[in-house]
Formats: sequence, C-alpha cells, structure tokens
Amino acid sequence: MIYAPSLPERGTFVAWRNVARLLMSHHVPPDDIDWSGRPGLFTPRAIPEAVGPHNVNVTKNFLKLSESVVWNSDPERFAFLYKALWRLRLRDGDPLSQSDVLGRRLHLLAKSVGRDIHKMHAFVRFHELPSPGRRRFAAWFEPEHYILEPGSHFFMKRFADMDWMIATPRLTARFEGGVISYHTGGRKPPLPADASEELWATYFANIFNPARIKMNAMRSEMPKKYWKNLPETRLIPSMLAEAEERVARMREAGASASRPGAAIISTRYRNSMEKIEENPKNLKDAKRSSRQCRRCSLCEMATQTVWGVGPENASLMIVTDQPGDREDLTGELLDGEFGAALRELTTGAGFDFSEIYVTTAVKHFKFRPEDGRRIPLAPDRAEIEHCLWWLDMELAFVRPRLVLALGTAPVIALISDGNALELRRGAFETGRHGGRVMIAGAFSGKRDRAAKTRNGAFEVEAVNEFSRAFQYLKTHV
Amino acid sequence: MVGISLRDKLAILSDAAKYDASCASSGGEKRDSRKGGLGSSGGSGICHAYTPDGRCISLLKILMTNFCIFDCAYCINRVSSNVERARFSVDEVVDLTLEFYRRNYIEGLFLSSGIIRSSDQTMSDMVRIARSLRDIHAFRGYIHLKTIPDASPELIREAGLYADRLSINVELPQDRSVRRLAPEKRPETIRATMAQMRLEGEAAKEKSHTGRLARKFAPAGQSTQMIIGADDTDDVAILNSASRLYTGYRLRRVYYSAFSPIPDSSAALPLVKPPLMREHRLYQADWLLRFYGFTADEIATGARDGNLDLAIDPKLAWALQHRGLFPLDVNRASREMLLRVPGFGVRTVDRLIAARRNRSLRYEDLVRIGASVKKARSFVVLPGWRPTGLIDSATLPSFFAAKPEQMKLL
Repeated sequence: MIYAPSLPERGTFVAWRNVARLLMSHHVPPDDIDWSGRPGLFTPRAIPEAVGPHNVNVTKNFLKLSESVVWNSDPERFAFLYKALWRLRLRDGDPLSQSDVLGRRLHLLAKSVGRDIHKMHAFVRFHELPSPGRRRFAAWFEPEHYILEPGSHFFMKRFADMDWMIATPRLTARFEGGVISYHTGGRKPPLPADASEELWATYFANIFNPARIKMNAMRSEMPKKYWKNLPETRLIPSMLAEAEERVARMREAGASASRPGAAIISTRYRNSMEKIEENPKNLKDAKRSSRQCRRCSLCEMATQTVWGVGPENASLMIVTDQPGDREDLTGELLDGEFGAALRELTTGAGFDFSEIYVTTAVKHFKFRPEDGRRIPLAPDRAEIEHCLWWLDMELAFVRPRLVLALGTAPVIALISDGNALELRRGAFETGRHGGRVMIAGAFSGKRDRAAKTRNGAFEVEAVNEFSRAFQYLKTHV
Repeated sequence: MVGISLRDKLAILSDAAKYDASCASSGGEKRDSRKGGLGSSGGSGICHAYTPDGRCISLLKILMTNFCIFDCAYCINRVSSNVERARFSVDEVVDLTLEFYRRNYIEGLFLSSGIIRSSDQTMSDMVRIARSLRDIHAFRGYIHLKTIPDASPELIREAGLYADRLSINVELPQDRSVRRLAPEKRPETIRATMAQMRLEGEAAKEKSHTGRLARKFAPAGQSTQMIIGADDTDDVAILNSASRLYTGYRLRRVYYSAFSPIPDSSAALPLVKPPLMREHRLYQADWLLRFYGFTADEIATGARDGNLDLAIDPKLAWALQHRGLFPLDVNRASREMLLRVPGFGVRTVDRLIAARRNRSLRYEDLVRIGASVKKARSFVVLPGWRPTGLIDSATLPSFFAAKPEQMKLL
C-alpha cells in the first residue's frame, strides 16, 4: 500500500471523487491504495496535489452509481468503486453491468443505500418542540448507512416552512430559517410528548383490519430494526392478541337486526331513483328510460346508453349500427370524427344537418379490449333484435318520411332481411314500420374506420347517396 | 353529535374507512414547498407505516362521515347497520391532515364518505375540505378523493382541480351483483363518471393552441376497487372486467379487496374468512395484464373452471399450459417472450437484454442478474444450462407445488 487517503464524513462523495480523479490521473493501480481510512504499519505517500498526465473520463452511469455507493457503510466501498474505475480505463469487461461480479456488488451496495434512504423518509417521526415563532420539530433516527446528508434533501423540500432537526448516531441535520447545517451526532435527544402522537396511535389501531393478519408482509416492509423509534409499533402486540377474539366475536354476533328507521330512508331513496317506463309518452321520456336498459348483456361492457339526436319532427332519420368509442364515453351521439364526417357530407348533399334525426340500431357500444384500445365489434342478431324496442319507439315518435340505413345492422333492424346487401345498395325498400327505407352503402362496415379513412371515392359515393335521399324527400311530399 | 371527542371521531371514521384497499400516493404532479406552503409530492409513494394486516399506511384514510343513506350489504356503514356514527367538521379533517403531515406520519389525505342528504351535497362538502387544504393552507401533499356515485359532473370537475387522484368504486365485478347487494348504486352511472374522469384528464394534458395547459385535473389519474368473494363471480370474469376498465377508462389501478367480515353484518352476506390467497393471485394476474403483455383470455388458459390456481402463480400456470413455446433461448428470445418466462420480472428482462448486447449470457449470469432461477430454469436454455427432459415431463407441475406442511396440533 502506497497511498492511504482519508475521507470526511460530510461531503464524502465530492471528496472521494477528487481523490480518485487525482490518483487515476497518475495511473495509480487499485492495489497501491488503502481506502480503509485506518493508519497502517507504514507511513503512506502523500496524495499528489497536481493533476497527472492521464485523462479521467467517466460515464454518467458510473457517477450516478458512485454517488449512491459512497454512503454505504461497507468498509470496502471506496476500493470497489476505484477498482471499477480502473477496469473501465483498461476496458476490462463492463464493471457496471449487473452480470459482472463487481458490477453486481456495486449495484447491491447502491440498492441498500437507496432502501435505507427510502426508509428514513418513511420512518422519521417528528416531535413538536416549544417555540415562540416558527414551528420547530425534532426526530431521532438510526440509519444503517451514512445517509443523513443525501436523505435530508427530501425533508428540505417537504418541510420548508418549519424548523426541524434529525439526529442520528453519527451526524445531526439542522434546518433553521431555511438553511441546512450538519453537526456531530450522538445520543438520542430528549423529545417532549406530542399531542398528535396519541391521535396517530388511535388511527393506527383503528385502520387495522383484524380479519386479515399478514405479519410477513408487514415485517418485510417495516423491518424490526426500525421499530424502536416508531411509536405506533408498541401497539402491535396487543392488536395481534385481540385480533382473533374480535373476529370470533363478529362471527358469533352474525347478522344484526336492521337499525330502526333505516327502512324508511331506503324506501324513500329507491322511490326517487330513475326507473324504466314501460310506456314512455314522448321521446324525452323514452330517452330517460333507455338509460336503465338491460335488455341484452351489452350494457355491462359499455359505459352507457347512447340515444339518438335531432328534432322530434325530422323528415329524415339516419340509422347507423352502434355508438363509437368516444360516443360511448361522452354519452353523446355524433361526438367525434364520425359525427363531423356525417355533418359535412349531408350538408354537401343539400341538407340542413340540424333537421336530421340520427340514431343507432344498437344503443350500447360493443367492443373487445386489445393492446389498450377498444376495437369495435359488430352487434349480433339477438342484440339488434333486443334493441328494436328502442328503435321502434324512436320511429313511432319521430315518424320520418324516409329512413336511411347506414350499414348491415341498421338494415337488419329496419327490414329484418340483411342478405345480399351489396346488390341492394341504393334501393328503396319498405321497412317493418311501414315507411320507406333507403339502403346506403358508403358508410357500411365499421363507422369509426369509415370516418377516418375518408378518401375521394368514398366521399363522392356518400354525398351521392345523401343527394338521392334529398331528392326523394323533395319529390315525395 | 355534541360531546364526542376528536379522538373518538377519529377512531370511528378510520375504522369505517379501512375496507378500502387503495393506498397509493405515487405519480402525479411534482411539487414542493421551497417556494411556500407545506409538503411535496410527485416521486414514488412512501409507506410510512404498516399494520399487522400487511397493508401500508401512506395516507390518512378516513371518512368525512359514516352516516349513509345507501344500504350496501357488504358495507359496515350502510344505513341499516347499528354501527356508531360520527361526522368530522371541515377544520377537523384539515387539522388532522396537516398535523399528521408535519410529523411525517403520512403522505397526505385519502378522503371518502358515507352519503348524507344527497350525492351532490356530500361531494361538495368533500370538495370544500380539499379546497381548504390547497387554497387556505397551501398544502402541496397528496390528496385522494373518493367521488360519490351520481355526483354531478361539475363537482367531479372541481374535485379534479384539488385532488391528485380521484376514484370511484365499481364495488363488485358484475352489474347484477351491484344491483343485488348495493341497490342504490347504478353501475352505468359509475362507469359514466369513470369515462368523464378519463376525458377530463386527457383534456387537461392537451395544450391549447396558445401553448397554455388547460386547467388541472387529477394528475395522478383514477383508480377503482372490486370486492372479491362477496358474490360468485369467477376470476376470469373478474379479470375481463378489469381489462375493460383499464382500456376504457385508463385506470391507474384496479384494487381487489378480499371480502372481509364486518361487525354488525348483513344477513345478505355470510361471514367467511377473507380469501387472501385468491386476492394475491388476482393482483399477480393484474400485473400480467398491465406490464407483461398478457390478455385476460391468455391468463384464463392457465385457470381451472374459471378460477386462478391458488397453488401456483398465474404466469407459471400459463407457461405449464404452453410448454411448446419453451425452452426459450435467453440469448435470442424477444423481449415479449422473455417476459413470459416464469421467474423473470420486468427488471430482470431489461437487465438481460442490456447485458446480452455485450456478450453471450451464461447460466451463472441469470443468478447475478436477479432472476428467480429455481422457477425459470425449466423454461430456458443458454450456455451452461439445458433443461433436459424437464419441459416434457408430466411431473413438471409438481416441481413447483408447495412443500407439504406439517399439520399443527389444535
């Protein structure tokens, strides 16, 4: 051993970095340095003051790792870090990799420091001290590593509006008037009783559920070595002792009689809840009623019922297959790309969009989740038939002169027969309700996709179809 | 409620809140008190204590009141229960939160409530508490507000202004169970609120054309809770339901809470031991959904009669049903496939991929990198290891079965 640097307890990282940089610049091999800080048998050589001829460059990753490792209490930490520096220079493997023996070691040291800091942030318990002005608090904490300095930044950011002190066996941090300072540590300072501590104990004892004891989960996250400085842990033995008995009492007591007066409150509330009306008197009542619809199982998958929009006396009704993804979320039909496309194309064909009633064959969104998105699925025949209840109601209240069926589901809903649709495109047929239905093809298939992949040919065809509907309404008064 | 002390109120209203499993205080907006105020948030959450039930205490989890006009059979606070009732004033909640916070007991407040008078009245009282913490006391810590079913969209919007996280509980995995056990709750309006919270959150993240951010809305997103074991829904149905909630409403978390006996129980629900192992397996499966690229249907292939195997974890159960895909060459396999190896976690896989860029990995490297080798070795091949015959062995599942345990004397 030729060099034996000694490093201070405070500002350890900067001090270590300076020494390591100097030694590396003189190309001093790891075996020539004793990092233990204990004087050996021989007088060590002085650390060179001037920078040597060799360049010392390190990666960000190394700096980040060493910034953590230096606070570990392992006596070999500095030697390990220097060895890693040395190997980086010699290009001897990757001493920072988890699969390297040294790298793994360094990562474990850093991890242990990180965990200790995290536990300090969690388990420091402040007691209030008497103070005439700014509020003052003090805590005693016993960390495993030398982490008070790196661990204090968190408290500076969190408790900037009060004075506090965290004492540890080696070091004490004081934060006064917004300025941090470090002093020699020592023994546990006297901490006065704190009124909030009793409330905290009350909370701890009552938030605990005696019916689910999981002591291992608790011990792995709150290791016993920290318990002596956590006031609430004193309650644990009695909480455990009583737990079984409390659960047994619950079980013995069994179901209890209903509290007097409860039934009246329940009845009153339930009577005020919205219900399905069997015979709604107008479109508005029908819409309200539809919110409770459970005629098929789609209601469980979808968010909510999406009802048609438009005036009750519209001449034209447009029926599409089902609401789209966004319409399902907002509950508003035509909220989204499809609505915008429909508005533009019908207006292009001569319509005043606000005079059209637009609705869907099936009023709940059907989909399957895939890669975090909801992919629309076509409703099946049974679902379409269940939903006729509502579509027929809309037809009966609006009594449109023409209904435009956009897609397969609307054709099945309006005419029952969904066969050979390609051949029937553009045809005028008689619907189940007795009125005229025009089969429009441009929007058939998935409506969201149709709206997204708008291209020239599609738009021309759609406007063409809407124009024919426009002409029909003009000529058939 | 004259004469009841703050301590007694706290006892009643924390006891009433303990059946909600959610405790997260992570994510969200980065804030601290260096420019005034008290508190900070935005890093990883901190658990300040643990109770013997294995649950962490991160937030002061209390009810504003346990008076309630709803009659949910699984809930200790239902209108028909004879439990002792109490109500906090706004200042009491605010003071408790701030004083606990200053002593570093908690990360913030998780406020829920029984429903008094009406949903809107209750919600607006809760919003008042959050507003007081933020606006009057400049509190920068974490706030989680439970939204009240059927509260108006305006109040939800206001709650999102002050809270880091909002949540509304779906309570039970199937609509019909909700209607049976919680007759005043309506699954469709609960979902509509979740949809609103998703859209508000997305709108708040979008910049307007002037580059200014829209008004804030619950930066730590939303979560929900499902009670497990109070109805007969099987695990596959539960996972399908969770997967719809994640994709539809962009939930950060779905919490599964094993139905646990309550004092003063309802005749509608028998008291049983809470199915803690089932809850644990569901959380594991939930992790597979969110971080490992599994779909609910894939997890279902490892289930038995619709329920997850309680003896082995769901990923292992899946792998045992898909032995044709294994053993996997660790040096060549894609990230997606490596994530499916039992015993490899997300971090392990990332380390493996980083390390194999430099050189070919050997069996010994797996241990160093932190893989659970005992589990993984039947499913991988790499220099230094070849699982001869194991993968085809009919007895492979027994390798992973729990060791028989000595029976205890009564």
